[in-house]
Amino acid sequence: MHLLRTDSGADGRDLRAPASEQIPVALTAPSMDHLDQLEAQSIYIFREAFARLKKIALLWSLGKDSNVMIWLARKAFFGRLPFPALHVDTGKKFPEMYRFRDHYGKQWELDLRVEPCPPIDAVDPTLPPAARSAARKTEGLKMALAKYGFDGLIAGIRRDEEATRAKERVFSPRGLEGNWDVRDQPPEFWDHFNASPPQGAHLRIHPILHWTEADIWAYTKRENIPIIPLYLSHNGKRYRSLGDQDITNPVASSASNIDEILAELEQTKVPERAGRALDHETEDAFERLRVAGYL
Amino acid sequence: MNMIVTPASPATPNDTSSMPNGTTRPQVRIVIVGHVDHGKSTLVGRLLHETGSLPDGKLEMLKAVSARRGMPFEWSFLLDALQTERDQGITIDTTQIRFRTNSRDIVLIDAPGHAEFLRNMITGASQADGAVLIIDALEGVRDQTRRHGYLLHLLGVKQVAVVVNKMDRVDFSADRFKEISEEISAHLNGLGVTPAAIIPISARDGDGVAERTDRIGWYKGPTVVEALDGLEPARPLEALALRLPVQAIYKFDDRRIVAGRIESGSLIAGDEIVIMPAGKIARIKTVESWPVTPIAGRQGAGRSVGITLDRELFIERGDIIAHTDTAPRETRRLRARIFWLHDKPLAKGDQLLVRCGPKESRATVVAIEKAVDPGELSSIENKAIGRNHVGEIDISLSNPIATDPYTENPRTGRLVIEVSGRIAGGGLVLSVDAGQRAVPVDIVPVESALRPDERSARYQHNGAVVWLTGLPASGKSTLAKALERRLFTNGGSPILLDGDTLRAGLNGDLGFSAADRSENIRRLAEVATHLARNGHIAIVAAVSPAREDRATARRIADAAFREIHVATPAEICEERDPKGHYKKARAGALASFTGIGNDYERPEAAELVIDTSTRTVADAADEIEQMLKTTGVLFDEVVDLAANI
Repeated sequence: MHLLRTDSGADGRDLRAPASEQIPVALTAPSMDHLDQLEAQSIYIFREAFARLKKIALLWSLGKDSNVMIWLARKAFFGRLPFPALHVDTGKKFPEMYRFRDHYGKQWELDLRVEPCPPIDAVDPTLPPAARSAARKTEGLKMALAKYGFDGLIAGIRRDEEATRAKERVFSPRGLEGNWDVRDQPPEFWDHFNASPPQGAHLRIHPILHWTEADIWAYTKRENIPIIPLYLSHNGKRYRSLGDQDITNPVASSASNIDEILAELEQTKVPERAGRALDHETEDAFERLRVAGYL
Repeated sequence: MNMIVTPASPATPNDTSSMPNGTTRPQVRIVIVGHVDHGKSTLVGRLLHETGSLPDGKLEMLKAVSARRGMPFEWSFLLDALQTERDQGITIDTTQIRFRTNSRDIVLIDAPGHAEFLRNMITGASQADGAVLIIDALEGVRDQTRRHGYLLHLLGVKQVAVVVNKMDRVDFSADRFKEISEEISAHLNGLGVTPAAIIPISARDGDGVAERTDRIGWYKGPTVVEALDGLEPARPLEALALRLPVQAIYKFDDRRIVAGRIESGSLIAGDEIVIMPAGKIARIKTVESWPVTPIAGRQGAGRSVGITLDRELFIERGDIIAHTDTAPRETRRLRARIFWLHDKPLAKGDQLLVRCGPKESRATVVAIEKAVDPGELSSIENKAIGRNHVGEIDISLSNPIATDPYTENPRTGRLVIEVSGRIAGGGLVLSVDAGQRAVPVDIVPVESALRPDERSARYQHNGAVVWLTGLPASGKSTLAKALERRLFTNGGSPILLDGDTLRAGLNGDLGFSAADRSENIRRLAEVATHLARNGHIAIVAAVSPAREDRATARRIADAAFREIHVATPAEICEERDPKGHYKKARAGALASFTGIGNDYERPEAAELVIDTSTRTVADAADEIEQMLKTTGVLFDEVVDLAANI
């Protein structure tokens, strides 16, 4: 699908500095469509994070959302990611995902840091199995934080994914243990962000919080951002959301390209994370993880 | 009540979202606000149901959960997805939910009504294009109803629909509805907000939400869904003057890119621009982008852009790029209407951090003009602005900023206030006082090669004007010298400006008439302020008897001003009389001598009052030093207003 793009020049590469007599031609700027607005907002957030924090990294989960994030960051910083991309690796991702990481990590010239997770024994045994497995990632993340001393981590969560995520701020302070206190969130308005984490604590920054699943796909198509083929239908099934192999299930779908995914999303009432086992184990599993610092 | 809602207009390219299926529908963000327990979450749950927006099985799942817990199902459970919330029975934060009406994509932001969570209500409402203000028909307009109404005005949300909920509890009484309609209309109209509709509903039973049922047969206006359908998305501010606040300057390669988001107006390569507040002029060479660059087209409000300029200029984060003929005002002082969220009330003299877009500046509250609780019917004026209250304040800034009154530019005419690194309040810029400091365009002051922080790092203090006022022979000069020695010994850079010394040269043309005395003070203040701006501590010892003149000096020096009243009793001053002035004056040989008449106007709000007859010079110098520390001039102790919001 081709969305409204009237700003000529985006396709015609003009390297000459325009002479001043050419200028009065365009009196009004081309209008911004929905995706343009989302993009501009995300770029603003990226630049604020880069300006106001000392040491940040982008959490690259290899999924569609974090790939859009990397793309947006390269737009914000004119082609490069001026901070590390951190992959907290459970070792249980799909082979397609590892191939994707190794290929595009190089092609996009990322400063890629791969951090392994601790064994399952190190994780809270009272959590249900899938939640416990996913919580390994939290531990891996904490270790990476301790190792590099990041004061800000950029994460690709979206408000429409899950009710708990809807309550997030764009700049979201974490406690010294990496935990999230949903009751005591600072006010955030007019694109002014609380960017002063206490000594030793860090911030989560959410540049695509305001995007929806459909926005992600429409933008991926418009910008021609590469995706992992697991998102497309294979034998009547596809993945809507990619996590660890053992806790992520495909959904029934015949969508074999992005247009078909978008058409499917128009109709569906099934939540995006339906294929994620951990969301269904108990009512509060997700929040407990979030409070503990899970993404 | 007969309210007509504008029918949904045909979609225009300006305000539409492009839907995956190729249709275009405007996206509108709505916030639902009102007093706690007036039924916000219930209305949201009902709206989702009526518009067919619930995920399959969600309703059934929640009904099952309710049954398992032995509770009757409530519509609000749909929103209160967090267990912590259900346990407490109140919505604690902003949840965003999407659904569709006939012609709109609605993003619904549910904001908590509990006073405890006003910061969350503000977080939610600040993102909204329109608002639904909900009122319980039984309880009527309550304090939080009024407070939220006021905050919608402060946040700039102009489209407001009012729903009178729980009509089933008042037997769908048209009279009760009319009564509430009139009360809330009067309140909102007083704030300049005209409700788009006032709708009687029962969110629990569904009346008035998607259809006009028989029980509200007397009501002829729109339903809630119809009212939402009539709200307009926010429009870009392209028609206003260009404002591009600078977020950062990037030098990743040979390009020096000035990056930021266009808040209003538009720009194109070739434009002549001015960088405020410095006033430096340049031309836009290119508009940079990625993956294709440069781009030739005009860029309008809302775009995040990067530009290069035709010359190397010192630009920093927080500067504002504007067109030369429509530049914003540069100011060190402004008046703002603010809401306050901090536990500790905001009072005169408080030191803050003010953010205007990416620009930040230390600031001092110079005056509190108004402080009211917007929830109360008859507002009592206070001296300080309490938590969750609003007020009007005068702020003086330690760095000049470029800004606009909010009536001229809603994007750049607003600010937030930070205390201890956390957002503590925000508001609208009512007016900026360019005052006497306006620099005519044809005068281009040469800037110092040094930045203020370079100097303060060396001296371990900020620039300041320490103004010693008091009767002749009260001890001003003695104290001034002791302070000068003290500061210098500690590595600082004090400079003494004695009134009499300056009269010998700079002010040699001035006599002792009231007008000449005023001019004398003005010049002293100007010289002292120049020194303070350059990082020195100017110590001024001058009788300066007129309150008006000292107010002028404070206005000139602004946040740097520290007034010390040397309040030694008059009889002791006369007894000391080291220059023999009192004796001469008593003998009638000295005209216009301040001291023996009643012409010394005592300061009312000096930063420090010292009586030199009751303490030693060293003790007095200690006190001054301490005051300079606590008011942020000397660096020893960090001023920390409070730890928490």
